[in-house]
Amino acid sequence: MRHIISLLMENEAGALSRVSGLFSARGYNIESLTVAPTEDATLSRMTIVTSGSDEVIEQIYKQLNKLIEVFAVMDLSEGEHLERELMLVKVRAVGAVREEMKRMTDIFRGCIIDVSDKTYTIELTGTGHKLESFLQAIDRSLILETVRTGASGIGRGDRILKL
Amino acid sequence: MELTGAEITIRCLQEEGAEYVFGYPGGAVLHIYDALFTQDQVKHILVRHEQAAVHAADGYARSTDKVGVALVTSGPGVTNAVTGIATAYMDSIPMVIISGQVPTYAIGEDAFQEVDTVGITRPCVKHNFLVKDVKEIASTIKKAFYLAKSGRPGPVLVDIPKDISCQKTEFSYPTSVSIRSYHPAQHSDLGQIKSAVQLLLTAKRPMVYAGGGVILADASKQLTELVRLLGFPCTNTLMGLGGYPATDKQFVGMLGMHGTYEANMGMQYCDVLLAVGARFDDRVVGNVKHFSQEKRKIIHIDIDPSSISKRVKVDLPIVGDVAHVLEDLLAELHGSKEKPDQQAIAPWWAQIKEWRGKNSLVYKNSDEIIKPQFVIEKLYEVTQGDAFITSDVGQHQMWAAQYYKFDKPRRWINSGGLGTMGFGLPAAMGVQLAHPDAHVACVTGEGSIQMCIQELSTCKQFQLPLKIIMLNNRYLGMVRQWQQFFHGNRYAESYMDALPDFVKLAEAYGHVGVRIEKPSDVEPALKEAFGRKQQLVFMDFITDQTENVFPMVQGGKGLSEVILAEDL
Repeated sequence: MRHIISLLMENEAGALSRVSGLFSARGYNIESLTVAPTEDATLSRMTIVTSGSDEVIEQIYKQLNKLIEVFAVMDLSEGEHLERELMLVKVRAVGAVREEMKRMTDIFRGCIIDVSDKTYTIELTGTGHKLESFLQAIDRSLILETVRTGASGIGRGDRILKL
Repeated sequence: MELTGAEITIRCLQEEGAEYVFGYPGGAVLHIYDALFTQDQVKHILVRHEQAAVHAADGYARSTDKVGVALVTSGPGVTNAVTGIATAYMDSIPMVIISGQVPTYAIGEDAFQEVDTVGITRPCVKHNFLVKDVKEIASTIKKAFYLAKSGRPGPVLVDIPKDISCQKTEFSYPTSVSIRSYHPAQHSDLGQIKSAVQLLLTAKRPMVYAGGGVILADASKQLTELVRLLGFPCTNTLMGLGGYPATDKQFVGMLGMHGTYEANMGMQYCDVLLAVGARFDDRVVGNVKHFSQEKRKIIHIDIDPSSISKRVKVDLPIVGDVAHVLEDLLAELHGSKEKPDQQAIAPWWAQIKEWRGKNSLVYKNSDEIIKPQFVIEKLYEVTQGDAFITSDVGQHQMWAAQYYKFDKPRRWINSGGLGTMGFGLPAAMGVQLAHPDAHVACVTGEGSIQMCIQELSTCKQFQLPLKIIMLNNRYLGMVRQWQQFFHGNRYAESYMDALPDFVKLAEAYGHVGVRIEKPSDVEPALKEAFGRKQQLVFMDFITDQTENVFPMVQGGKGLSEVILAEDL
């Protein structure tokens, strides 16, 4: 099953490789991993999307907690949570397609952030599912490039992961 | 007063009370060696290979309750040390490794003797640090010792670039240490303790299964008290030997791949299992599916939550320091109105007695040829069970574990998790330094000993009167045994040809060498060797080439699917 795990750790050199090394060494799966400093620059917040049986997820949770520089780990998918992912798509946009592409972008509440005489670059935010839907809704042969950040997640309401 | 980074490093070791540092000099640690040279509080033991430095620090740590310290240079110094570090990591041994690194300005330029030490060692250390500021050396070393010893112990590496070791700053050693993201468990939840006691008191077929965590937590006194109070049978893992006295009537022997019949059957068919500082590893419970076929309740005490329910699902987890948890269990039992009911478990003991009747460690002795088991039995008698025994890895290791009855903790020193050949001799050096007046024997084979044989030179330099008990069967015995069982007697590369004359070799290094070829000479030779208090004696026992280790649970099989010597 798919799980989205949030963790808070020291913003130290090598912190990311401790986490990614743990996943590869123990054969855990990483679908995506995002990391950036928090409002407190000494801390890093990471969101990892992974999958595995309940036993594997339990081990991932424990092994992450065991890393010396990790403060806290939360399996967001155990409760109410939000997740968003940013995608940038560069598409070929000439002739009639230009208007169609603009319309689809509006429908998906994206915006065009760069325009050339032959291309649009579209910015889209949402769940992974929404981004997938957009890619399916447009003519695939027009896609020149896609860049996705992987999911970032946060608990709803009072579910807070803090020092 | 301002000190250099190198001087600070040595001052930190002094502050931590390090008696010995095991190491090998090189370019990146020259400043640190210079600082060692001008003091005599921390004694340096010059090994002949960095792997041995780490194993020696490891043996020192295992035989005491202290942190072992090793010092190596950058590049090959570190890569040679990796086997030792991984060995310590797998067995959770507290250790601090200080490594030199190329100067900070050269890092990443493929400088001479540069490797990414932090990267290479990351998967086999509890934690590691690269010190980039001389002001951080003291606090980092303080943290390293704290991390190595607290919680689930383990090796911690501190990588110090050469320019940092010659820069100067004010020195003051931190009096306390705290790492805001690190809070190892201490006391466990009282509710869990109460539930555990309830469960233990209802058991009809109980079993206590204790591992290396008991040794590491110095909890054998508490374990022994608890087991005796409960009247339950107790088994130890390879790492846990000595955690419960082997000569006690409630001890059923070691369990696992080469464990006794009664220990493995008891483990398989118990109804309540108390696991203490053990991790249900593949050499212990074999096939998990097979193990889980039998219904039993499992209570698992461990300091490391990730060891719990990792391979075997546990019903009652208790996370905490093993010694503290056992004390809590004892207090709860003493305060409880209900007492252990020996009548209720009498039929179970009768069953265990029947299993014991199989006499699974029996072997056919001979007047003609030396049986390896016989050597260990005589070693036990001659040393009156009171020696420190280190071992290498293979058949001799299993025989030592089976036939030397360890009554005390920290007496049995072996590489359990990683299974590192070459561990025994350097580990014995660390043990002998920690216990200068004790008998220290290294049980080894002609394969393993050659992996770190250069340390005979270190033993000469530091006058370490080790007794090397080499069981020489001219085969990589455990490999040959598996080839016999599972590969149709095709002994691919397991025959040890062109062996040196070990007697002459020992003599060449300045020691005493003896070859023993007749069973009747075994005991006199051992007595003579242990009588030589000032000398290292290398004993080359020419043993039966065909002897196998029994009982044996094959890899992938269940604990009750054991092969006994009598079956073949």
